[in-house]
Amino acid sequence: MARSVSAPRLTLKTREMLEAWLFVSPTFIGFLIFFLGPLVAIFYYSTTEWNLLSQQATFVGLHNFQNALLENPDFWHVVRNSVIFALGLVPLNMALALSLALALSRPFFGVVFFRTIFFAPVITSAIAWAIVWKFMLQGEGGAVNQMLAWVGIDGPNWLREPNWAMAAVIVTRVIKMVGLNMILYIAALQSIPRDYEEAAKLEGASRLQIFRMITWPLLAPTTLVIMVLTTIGSFKVFDHIYQMTGGGPENGTLVLAFYIYQQGFKFFNVGYAAALALIMFAIVMALTLVQVMLRRREME
Amino acid sequence: MTPRQTEILYRICWTIALLLLAVPFVFPFLWMISGGFKSTTEIFGAPTLIPRVWRIENFAEVFTYQPFARQYFNSLYIAVTVTVLTLFIASLTGYALARIRFAGAGLLMLFLVIALMVPEEVTIIPNFFLIRAMGLIDTHWPLILLPVFGPQGVMATFLMRQFFLALPRELEEAGKMDGLSRFGIWWAIALPMSRPALAAVAVITFLHSWNLFLEPLIFLSSIEKFTLPLALSNFNDSYGLPLWNLQLAATSLAVVPILIIYLIAQRQIVESFALSGVKG
Repeated sequence: MARSVSAPRLTLKTREMLEAWLFVSPTFIGFLIFFLGPLVAIFYYSTTEWNLLSQQATFVGLHNFQNALLENPDFWHVVRNSVIFALGLVPLNMALALSLALALSRPFFGVVFFRTIFFAPVITSAIAWAIVWKFMLQGEGGAVNQMLAWVGIDGPNWLREPNWAMAAVIVTRVIKMVGLNMILYIAALQSIPRDYEEAAKLEGASRLQIFRMITWPLLAPTTLVIMVLTTIGSFKVFDHIYQMTGGGPENGTLVLAFYIYQQGFKFFNVGYAAALALIMFAIVMALTLVQVMLRRREME
Repeated sequence: MTPRQTEILYRICWTIALLLLAVPFVFPFLWMISGGFKSTTEIFGAPTLIPRVWRIENFAEVFTYQPFARQYFNSLYIAVTVTVLTLFIASLTGYALARIRFAGAGLLMLFLVIALMVPEEVTIIPNFFLIRAMGLIDTHWPLILLPVFGPQGVMATFLMRQFFLALPRELEEAGKMDGLSRFGIWWAIALPMSRPALAAVAVITFLHSWNLFLEPLIFLSSIEKFTLPLALSNFNDSYGLPLWNLQLAATSLAVVPILIIYLIAQRQIVESFALSGVKG
């Protein structure tokens, strides 16, 4: 008797499981082929040197990492560029995003208009955005320098001088992406109950005090998420740099993602590029772990 | 000044500041369209926002310089295919992860979280050799397969799972009583209820594919197989210098339709990004 009851239940459970695996099988198979396989393979590639002529891979151990970290001066130059890019982009992006969100989180006349404008570059292709800005940032006859001339400033040849080029790619990237962080901040601001602020106002707190004592602490989790996502995003920037400067001038805007592309797909240093990709992976993982740890500390 | 007056003054200052700040966000679009209408001589002369001579021929030359119509179609059909496939696969997996308890679900979730964290740049090198071994170089297959099964597809799966978790179970239970299979419940009950989530996933997936650049750059070599971003970066003369007016005309043709859709469905599109940003 007991058996006849338990047997159909077991088949039901097995059937459920089969069904579930049928549901997830496309994702799972795709995951194995296009993610897990390549993820394992990249470790292998990073220990080889690729011969373009014979199409043969030779095992070279950790030489590619050694090459990147100790021998090749380009690597540290590229890391330095990536760090400068991140240090310029992240604070500027976040400060602007928060300011815009504070201004646009309440309903007032024109709020939708402004939100629409500040978000529009986010949906635009990075290549299109870079094309137009490259056009506007030409040394002679560029729209930006023309406008600067009106106020008596003699603008530099933005994309031809390494330091100005770096500044230009940072600022134009911020303009492109700040709308995304803005809407994340707006969503967070709108979830803060208005009562807090009203109460503080009754107590006679100024706007600045309300922001410092109430809004900013309550935004902390959002700030943390945005900071990590924006930093990771800044290390991955590729198409923007590709189109605006091509890594130049004098490698002044050569950042990590672009360097990986260059080494792997332009110079076919596959092993070296694989090692670089793993270093980038480590950086992104470290940033993610920092986020998780900070979050945990905050919850305690 | 009364508090009311201070408030009004405060508003006016903010609005003026915002208008000034909006210039670098709006001006590039206007300058792009205006540049697309200019002649070669005018584009290198003193810049004006309104072209002195409207050179409409630029827009015709875009199509003769490159197989631009073909490239436009490529982008469109690839983005639509990627979107449809992603919606189908992500909602199937998302549904199973949200509703069915099965052995291996936890492990699969863990795998997917890892997949979300690994940048595409890490897997692109092995994927290149994989695609080459499959004989799919210079085809559109990698532009479809990699986004559908890559981080973008995984994020869509998480969004769908999140949405299914929040759906009430009662209707599905009723479906079960009526003798519907799991697949039937998913198709006839769960999916119709998840239109908002499907729309959000569709918006971000479509735009991601439409704007994709690294994969086309690596995998495509025939000009008639190019997608739009790759085609746009390709308007150069024989010295490799940009043909600005043609390039800007082509860029306008690629960007303006998306902008118009964005202006119409602004709220929906912004919300889709807010949703994915919070989850991602």
